[in-house]
Amino acid sequence: MNRLIAALAVPTLLLASAAAYAGPALGEVEKQAMNVPAIAMFLAIVAVTLGITYWAATRTRSAADFYTAGGGITGLQNGLAIAGDYMSAVTLLGLSSMVYAKGFDGFVYTIGFFVGWPIILFLMAERLRNLGKFTFADIASYRLDQTKIRSFAALGSLTVCCFYLITQMVGAGQLIQLLFGLDYVYAVVVVGSLMMIYVTFGGMLATTWVQIIKACLLLGGGTVMLLLALSKFGFSFDTMAARAIEVHKDGIKIMGPGTLLSDPVSAVSLSLGLMFGTAGLPHILMRFFTVADAKAARKSVLYATGVIGYFFMVVCTLGLAAVSIVGTDPQFFEGGKIGGKLIGGGNMPIMHLAKALGGDVMLGFLSAVAFATILAVVAGLVLAGASAVSHDLFANVIMKGRASERAEVRASKIAAMTLGTIAVLLAILFEKQNLVFMVGLTFGVAASANFPVLFLSMFWKGLTTRGALMGGLTGLITAVVLVILGPAVWKTVLGNAQALFPYDQPALFSMPAAFLMAFLVSKMDNSARAVDEAAAFDDQFVRAQTGLGAEGAASH
Amino acid sequence: MSKLTYERIRANPKFQELVAKRTKMSWLFAAVVLGAYYSFIALVAFAPQVLHVPLGSGRTTWGVIAGVSIVLLCWLLTALYVRRANTEFDAINNEILRESL
Repeated sequence: MNRLIAALAVPTLLLASAAAYAGPALGEVEKQAMNVPAIAMFLAIVAVTLGITYWAATRTRSAADFYTAGGGITGLQNGLAIAGDYMSAVTLLGLSSMVYAKGFDGFVYTIGFFVGWPIILFLMAERLRNLGKFTFADIASYRLDQTKIRSFAALGSLTVCCFYLITQMVGAGQLIQLLFGLDYVYAVVVVGSLMMIYVTFGGMLATTWVQIIKACLLLGGGTVMLLLALSKFGFSFDTMAARAIEVHKDGIKIMGPGTLLSDPVSAVSLSLGLMFGTAGLPHILMRFFTVADAKAARKSVLYATGVIGYFFMVVCTLGLAAVSIVGTDPQFFEGGKIGGKLIGGGNMPIMHLAKALGGDVMLGFLSAVAFATILAVVAGLVLAGASAVSHDLFANVIMKGRASERAEVRASKIAAMTLGTIAVLLAILFEKQNLVFMVGLTFGVAASANFPVLFLSMFWKGLTTRGALMGGLTGLITAVVLVILGPAVWKTVLGNAQALFPYDQPALFSMPAAFLMAFLVSKMDNSARAVDEAAAFDDQFVRAQTGLGAEGAASH
Repeated sequence: MSKLTYERIRANPKFQELVAKRTKMSWLFAAVVLGAYYSFIALVAFAPQVLHVPLGSGRTTWGVIAGVSIVLLCWLLTALYVRRANTEFDAINNEILRESL
């Protein structure tokens, strides 16, 4: 296996560096100059993560090693990895640019991404750890019909993973193209190859460490930039705000709610989707199975909440700093016209801010961090998707639990390669598409299909197989249909004049629909199976509360 | 794990006590976070002018303070929950497990 890694790693490195140097320039002079430190750090990250994968591969033998790193990750490590899994390039670039463009509204949006975490801790963390093994389907199907519920959970996981993966890959391709001057197709192939190498050879252990490194880089880089930015305003937030108000076209209005969330239905639907979608993301849920016990699971969320909250506030502050620093500097605007189009597009304020604060070195560093960010998130997604295929569909649904551990691990590696390849191809196909709707779809499906089934299976004795299946499917279909009929697809993608459903976020409607359907169908279910399932809840409840019988940490 | 062990745990009054205490704390904390967050969203949607009011003579608004407070509240409750669950509740839990064997 080690030789295989070396054989795969060398061409990838060569491809990455050769393509990076030979890549076409995007037409702007600034980009050429910044390439040297950026590429040096990019290569350093690739080298370090491949080294870790090599190390992890020697320690990844059993199925438990592959899926959950043998349950041997500590609370602090897992907390950082959760943060690394959750803070995507979208949050780094998107949230800061939202604050840059809209001020306070961007901050409100950011808080929505954050408040789900304490709720996950209070209601779910210990139950997840005590009941779970490798995937969240293990919990959902604990006392329900294995074949049906696992198939459904795998469908929900794969849907979320694929949609999320495509948005991340397309974003990655565009970002790398812009930052490193690397051709879009090469960029997507490099990201895809690296993520497949991490997951296939290093499993959860390599994925975890890629996420930890990324989280530390992001925190370190963000903090340095925060200090540099504050130093321009005499370390006063108030002065920073005053300068931003002076130069922003909306003036004083940027310090309070604007138009972005003025519609209460949209605001609530968005916040529900973000909050409960987080609790239904398979790659996030999977992280709870990598620690030894419920105590460590709680600690992970404590650290993750601290890191994510801190980072989000830093990002918002940097967005505000960019208003006066980037927004008044002609070198960042196309044709040097202040207030015109930003070079590289609307997502670039934080990148330009890095250049303004720390020159090419800071910009190169932040570019490399953005790259590491993408790698960590896509690796987590591929691992979660592959586990749904190998553990749920292959080992439990098709082989009915009779698959050997070796066969299961092999299936997961094949699944990871297949998923990765599909993601690369789709990312190339969707290069020019507007993919905003996919974020709504990802969180909508996670909140409306995965979350209700998982939540009810842990909390409600009365949930039956039929109820879970009908409720989950209702949520899945409602979320998908509402997104298609909504403005992002019906109007923007399909070019119709008016959307049939007025909101971009479906959660406010699809989530209650799923819960209601699950409740009604379970109540009407008089089958003998339903009686047994309710009876089995009592033992499940003891295990969920005390951890008795929970999967322990594997010894190495 | 045998059905008998699970049954013995369920009958243990300490288990009832643990579940009651922990359930109370988790739902209470969740309600506080949700209440604070949705009050904030309600202000954003229905009374945005409140959040535009500046703090004294500066430029920082009550909106910024409210948002940061929500993050701080989340941190505080998370820390309180983990501290109590990892000490007091885990101690009861270990007793229950010991008595069940």
